[in-house]
Formats: sequence, C-alpha cells, structure tokens
Amino acid sequence: MTKKTNSEEFSLPQKISLKQKHLLGLEYLSKEEILLILDTAKPFKTIFTRSIKKVPTLRGRSVVLLFYEPSTRTRTSFELAAKRLSADTVNIAVQLSSVQKGESLIDTAKTLESMKSDFIVIRHSYSGAPHILAQNVSSSIINAGDGFHEHPTQGLLDIFTIREKKGKVEGLKVVIVGDILHSRVARSNLWGLTKLSARVVLCGPPTLIPKDIDKIFPQVEIEHDLDKALRNADVVNILRVQFERQLEHFFPSVREYSLLYGMTKQRLKNAKSDVLVLHPGPMNRGIEITTDVADSLNSVINEQVTNGIAVRMAVLYLLSLVNTNQ
Amino acid sequence: MKTKTILTHKEIKKIIATLAKKIVKKFTNINNIALVGIHTNGVYIAQRIAKEIKKIVKKDIPLGTLDITFYRDDIGYRNKIRYAKDTNINFDINNKNIVLVDDVLYTGRTIRAAMEQLLDLGRPQTISVAVLVDRGLRELPIYAEFVGKKVRTTHEQQIELLLKEVGAKDIVVIYDKKNE
Repeated sequence: MTKKTNSEEFSLPQKISLKQKHLLGLEYLSKEEILLILDTAKPFKTIFTRSIKKVPTLRGRSVVLLFYEPSTRTRTSFELAAKRLSADTVNIAVQLSSVQKGESLIDTAKTLESMKSDFIVIRHSYSGAPHILAQNVSSSIINAGDGFHEHPTQGLLDIFTIREKKGKVEGLKVVIVGDILHSRVARSNLWGLTKLSARVVLCGPPTLIPKDIDKIFPQVEIEHDLDKALRNADVVNILRVQFERQLEHFFPSVREYSLLYGMTKQRLKNAKSDVLVLHPGPMNRGIEITTDVADSLNSVINEQVTNGIAVRMAVLYLLSLVNTNQ
Repeated sequence: MKTKTILTHKEIKKIIATLAKKIVKKFTNINNIALVGIHTNGVYIAQRIAKEIKKIVKKDIPLGTLDITFYRDDIGYRNKIRYAKDTNINFDINNKNIVLVDDVLYTGRTIRAAMEQLLDLGRPQTISVAVLVDRGLRELPIYAEFVGKKVRTTHEQQIELLLKEVGAKDIVVIYDKKNE
C-alpha cells in the first residue's frame, strides 16, 4: 500500500516495524527500530499515572519468565509490563523446576512452547542461550540478559531515560564506568548508544576493559582515569561490581577499586553540572557509588526502574505485531 | 484515481458550528460537558468544536485527547504499525457528560475501543459520540448522536480528511481504494 489512507500516517517519516519477532540484542536492531521502541514506550509510561494501570492490548497472550539467574528488578519489571498489557504471566523458578532433574534448555523451552506460550523471556548465564531458543522454538524470545553478551531491555531503558531527560542522544558524552568486560549492560548500551550517535567513553581498570573492544566499536574512547573520563560528561552510567563473577582476580582489592573508580560527589564535579547518573542496579553503595551520589538530584536511578516497565511494554507490544506477520 | 469532494472548507466550518450548538442544547449544564478527541483528526475536530462552544457559552470546556492504539481489537490480525500517541485527559471524567469526537464513524470499532479506555479512567455520567462524517457500515451496535454529514459508502471506498491542521486545504474527499 503506497497511498496514505489517513492523515495520521502523513506525519510519519516512514512506515517501520520490527523485523524480527525476537529481541536478542541491540546489536541486531537498526537505529529506526530502536527509536520505534523508545517512542512507543512514551505513551505506555503515561498509563502508570492512572488509577487503572492497565490496558487490554495483549489480552489472552502468555508470557513465560524463564530465569536461570537471580533477578529482582528485571523479572518483576517484565512481569508487571506483561500484566499491564493484560497478558498472562508464568514464572518458572528454575531452582524448583525440571531443570534440576537435568532437562536441557531446549527441552524446557519446547515444553513451554507446547503449552502455547507466546513469549519466553529468558535470562541465562551462558552468552547466546536466547539465540539457541530462537532457533529452536516458535515463541518470541526476549533476552533478559545472557552471560556477558547483552541485556537489551536494560540498554533500551537506559537510553530511554537519557532521551527523556536530555531530549536527545546524539552528540552526548556518555561515560560507562566499571567492569565492562563482564557487563552485558555495557554491551547493550554500547550498541544502542553508538547507533544513536552518542559519544561513548569507557572507563575502568585495564583488566576489566576488553582488549579488542575498539575493533567492534572503533568510535568508542577508552580512558582509565575516571576524573579525565568524566570531563564534560552529559551522562555517567555506573556499572555494578559483579562480585559473583570472581572479580578478585581482576583488581587488587575492593578498597582500591572504590578509591579509583567509585563515584563520589567530589569526582562527579568533573562532569557537567546537569550530568545524569545512571546505575542498572542493584547498587553496592559505598563501592562503585557513594550514597550521596546515588541519592543526589543528578541520579535517575529510580526513574530507570519506572522507565524499564514502559520500555518492556513497548517491546512486548511491538513484538506481538511482528508475530502476526509470519 | 477518481476523488470526489464530499465536504468543502465552508461546509466543514458550518458543520462544526452546528455540532457545537447541538451539544450545548443537549447538555443544559454546561459545567458538566467535556470533549475528548480521538487521535489524530478527532483531536483537531474536538478543538474546533470546543472553540465554537466557547463562542456560545463564553467559557472554556474541558478538552482531552485519546489514543486507542492499545485498546484495538485487531492486534494480531492486522499487520499495521500505528504510532501510539498520548492520551491526555487532565480532568476528572467522573459524572461528566463526555462527548467523544472523531472524524469518520465507520465500523464503530474505534468508538468501542475509546469507550473501553474512558471507562478505565473513571465513570462518566454519559458518553456520546460526535463525528464529522458518518459513512455507515457499522460492525458493532454503536450510535452517534451528533453527526455532521451522512454518506452512503461501500467498504471499497476510502474517506479522507485533509485538514488545515496538517497543512492541507481543509476538505473531505472520497475515492475508490481499488483505483489507487
């Protein structure tokens, strides 16, 4: 259909939709697809201010949450997002499931597929686990964090928050601080931010910055001195020190890490006065971020959580439209 | 493509004024009326009607906007991405006489979705419908109390509003979809 049928479509720059029915990572989305998700999340956010925080959009669809790793905010956020779209949700507690009896990932997913789940939201400690599911089952797969690879909805909500507060992403100086090596949050941010033409600076101990990152992201800057990295920054995204990933081998002591890379009020003065402070949570207060920074006016950490639900609603909604095309 | 004008700029203007008059006449308590325009053309028409009502009663009446994207009943049936716009109703709709305003009344499914959304926001005293054009072919038991112009159409036809709010010349046209 080339002819515009109503004036609403006149205002659209072009007709776009998501191309894939899975959300595996921001690496696989175009700039336009990312903007479509972010724009769609805006009206969903306005629903939160109503007394009935729910729309009937995905009535009758089911969303299975399959988390092989612990999570509070991502799982709750997906569950609320699905429920606010009137979808049904099922939580698989992996510790109590047949996975403990040795069931393989694909078999578990096939079982869930046979139960006619429309979406499987998966978190797994192995990079690429969602991709394996996407190849083997017909449900829409949403990556809620896979190993050290990607956490696309976190990247999207970070960018949504930046865009909401700053009005744009292009040209902003965004500093990502901490353990880049093990961070799927950092990777999703990198893909999304670079596609939207932000100026990204990575900062952390040399042991925690992947050696060949400049081969994948040639435009990204690396700076090991946090004070220098922060100069003139519009946004700083502070990553969690992931103690569960045996970080003791990567830096001499937590105390030293905190001294060199912990975000303090004093240090933040290097950045622009209206710098946004992001953190994907859960925070280790006093280690990568001090309490006065976490609770300062620059901090948008709690808003990130609210925005996360809106972004995940947008993802579920847009993916459900792709489903029907196939 | 054969395009026929069914409403000229002048006629649209007249219809808006008539609709405003009818609405004021129907709801005698002017403090209890609110208009809610359905995105996108309905919003413009609601704004125009509100302006006309103001001329009559010398008072602003509450004006809201509604986007029904998330309330559609064809999600999963139609391969069409709609950009969702803001629903902005910043007044209490409880016990109000709400007039839903849209450009064209057709199957009635948009009004159905709009009503569902309104009821999620509160409990209006009444909900009625005002449209510029009623083209018939209803698929649901929906009735518009305030109608600008009735047009007999077939499903193969398309009615399009070219309003000045979107930079057009402010006319309503009809054409055959087949001949595109």
